[in-house]
Amino acid sequence: MKLLNRRFLALLAVLVIVVAACGDDDTTGTTADGGTGTTGAGGDCVVGMSWNNYNEERWAKHDEPAMKAAIEAGGCSYISSDAGSSEEQQITDVENLIADGANVVIILAQNTQAILPAVEAATAEGIPVIAYDRLIEDANTFYVSFDNVLVGKLMAEVIFDLVPSGNYIIVKGNGADANSDFLREGIESVIGDAVAAGDITIVGEDYTDNWAPDLAQTHVEQWLTQADNDVQAVVSENDGMATGAAAALAAQGLSIPLSGQDADVAALNRVALGTQSVSVWKDARELGKAAGTAAVALAGGATLADVEGTAEFVYTNKESGVATTLVSILLVPIPITQDNLNLVVDANWITVDELCAGVTAGSVAACP
Amino acid sequence: MSVVEAPPTQSDTPEQSTRRSFGSFLRDNEIDTRMAGMIALLLVIWVGFHFLSGGTFLTPRNLWNLSVQTSTVGIMATGMVLVIVSRNIDLSVGSMVGVVGMVMAILQFEWLPPLMGLGNQWIWIITIVIGLALGALIGAFQGSIIAYAGVPSFIVTLGGLLVWRGFAWLTASGRTLAPMDATFQLLGGGSRGSLGETGSWVVGGVACIGIVALLVLGRRRRRKFGFRLRPMWLDVTLGVFGCAVVLGAVWVTNSYYLPESIAREVAEERGIPWPQGGLQIPLGIPYPVLILIGVTLVMGFIANRRRFGRNIYAIGGNPEAAELGGINTRRTIVKTFMTMGILVGVSAAVSIARLNAAVSGLGTLSELYVIAAAVIGGTSLSGGIGTIPGAILGALVMQSLQSGMVLLGVGAPMQDVVLGVVLVTAVAIDATFRRRTAR
Repeated sequence: MKLLNRRFLALLAVLVIVVAACGDDDTTGTTADGGTGTTGAGGDCVVGMSWNNYNEERWAKHDEPAMKAAIEAGGCSYISSDAGSSEEQQITDVENLIADGANVVIILAQNTQAILPAVEAATAEGIPVIAYDRLIEDANTFYVSFDNVLVGKLMAEVIFDLVPSGNYIIVKGNGADANSDFLREGIESVIGDAVAAGDITIVGEDYTDNWAPDLAQTHVEQWLTQADNDVQAVVSENDGMATGAAAALAAQGLSIPLSGQDADVAALNRVALGTQSVSVWKDARELGKAAGTAAVALAGGATLADVEGTAEFVYTNKESGVATTLVSILLVPIPITQDNLNLVVDANWITVDELCAGVTAGSVAACP
Repeated sequence: MSVVEAPPTQSDTPEQSTRRSFGSFLRDNEIDTRMAGMIALLLVIWVGFHFLSGGTFLTPRNLWNLSVQTSTVGIMATGMVLVIVSRNIDLSVGSMVGVVGMVMAILQFEWLPPLMGLGNQWIWIITIVIGLALGALIGAFQGSIIAYAGVPSFIVTLGGLLVWRGFAWLTASGRTLAPMDATFQLLGGGSRGSLGETGSWVVGGVACIGIVALLVLGRRRRRKFGFRLRPMWLDVTLGVFGCAVVLGAVWVTNSYYLPESIAREVAEERGIPWPQGGLQIPLGIPYPVLILIGVTLVMGFIANRRRFGRNIYAIGGNPEAAELGGINTRRTIVKTFMTMGILVGVSAAVSIARLNAAVSGLGTLSELYVIAAAVIGGTSLSGGIGTIPGAILGALVMQSLQSGMVLLGVGAPMQDVVLGVVLVTAVAIDATFRRRTAR
């Protein structure tokens, strides 16, 4: 099996050389890029990236190009593999990347625990491992992600500034997803005191299975009915559910502060229209860049803690209670409101046409 | 109403029936005791929630919400009844909602406006036609594999569950598409998507006349063929009761008024000066509910009165006998799945209109709610048995439980537990009931 895979990779490498010889160096590879074919300054510095499932828009569009650019700017070459959502395949992939000469491995883990054997094998060979976007429960990994507690805090701060007292609805994400609780923790850090003091009353709060927008809509409709529309703010943990909440509010002619995160096109459009107050933006390109830069530093012989901008991150497993201390880079997300919509436009995250669809020209600065 | 119960034989004399129990009296007069039981259960749930929620549940606003929330599952449940009656299952409806909804969204959001101009009144019509056609196509495709390749429907639609969800994602690369065309949005209800006061009374009046006409025609036909008639007082009671329910429902929707801010907008549009003390504009029957009622009538008619519908029941009752009896079972199965697909298209249109957005995860798990609605409504998974109105009631029971529990602040995990228990209990009671009456 392993032999077959190697043969396959070798074949791919040959193919890549042929393609490269044909002249087009800029082809953004999707799966195995056969890095051995690349020569030059980074001959000895190879970064291997293991995607768990490449079939998601953001990886190809935002994460990979930024990561690749940072790696190549540091004089290294980039190779990658796609596990197609298979835990077993991803372990094989990591082995193959190492066999293929990777000095550093970046892993977007399909399963944060099942990947451990591959991580242990890599660290045993002295190859640093970067956990990309999703945590891997191994103290030897380097964790690069956005600070999800901070995301919750930022969205709540915008809403709290607008509505310091009154009735709140909180639309939480999937109960089985740790992020829902991270976000809620951040929200609590902002409004907790006001809730305890009785300034804020939470008139509706629940998890939403699968972060489903239509379910969020039904929930908000019911809470509005129960509260007889006496609600002053809705904190939604992401933009998809905010879509449902916005529809429920519109049906009651309510125009009250509403939060979200992800900077979805539809949500940014709502921010411009004024039907959503904030969408917290996690720029995936920054994440890719940070991981790429860290990988180059680690390949150059730096220890985990030597990498610029790191902090310690303690993760406690909810079931086992085991705490893991990780060296990490937690990027700071940016809350996007009507005042700083130019950021997403300037960063080419969204076009002005998409952002300003249906917006009265001149009503916000970003829509001239 | 239930199709399985044999018509009363002519040998039954009135003297015999007076000596029998109340239950057999109802049966002799073709009153579906099962349906009556479900209505009673629904009323118990409603009254229970009303008291527990501190008087919120039985308000016009909540009932109006409830009716709209029920419509998407209800529409599909009518088709699922026929699928299950034919001894098949369709697990792919949730994913089909996803892909059909996404295609309808992308049509009106990206493809049609540049061709026809934003806000063109044809956009929503073309969108719906294409959406329904796509639903029919997918349904017919799955049905053909089931009928002609002999792959069990469970497998084909399980595959469909994955395939169509994947296509839903691929259609727009996982983006959320919003907002929908202004006219199209009305299909989802919302503050503007309802019939208004006068229109609702007209619909109620027509429905009332329809009920009376059916009863009168029924009596006439029975007399003509020499069947035993229901006692006159019973028919009159049924007519009065039916009319009261219909007009009561219309009254409820008309007692729910537009929220003030929207009422002001409407008043401005119509040039009505805003009076002191406010203006109360009744919403009336929401469009999605009107669609649900229309679908129920059409599907009920197909199931009970058309050859296609009767063939499905025949196949479900005994496939071999149906085949030998000259029914083209394969074509009937394809048509059944095609019908299901069209209904998925209708439901997808209502879903995205209601959400005013299309997301690639739209309709996830709704196959389970649709199947549960049909089963709670008395459809037997072993085939041959099931009614369209029963499925609607089943959907209403489930949505009532769900919406009611949200009102009470019951958490999501507990809601799932309750729904699961109710599903199994309903079927268990039904099975016991059937065994007893079969004797």
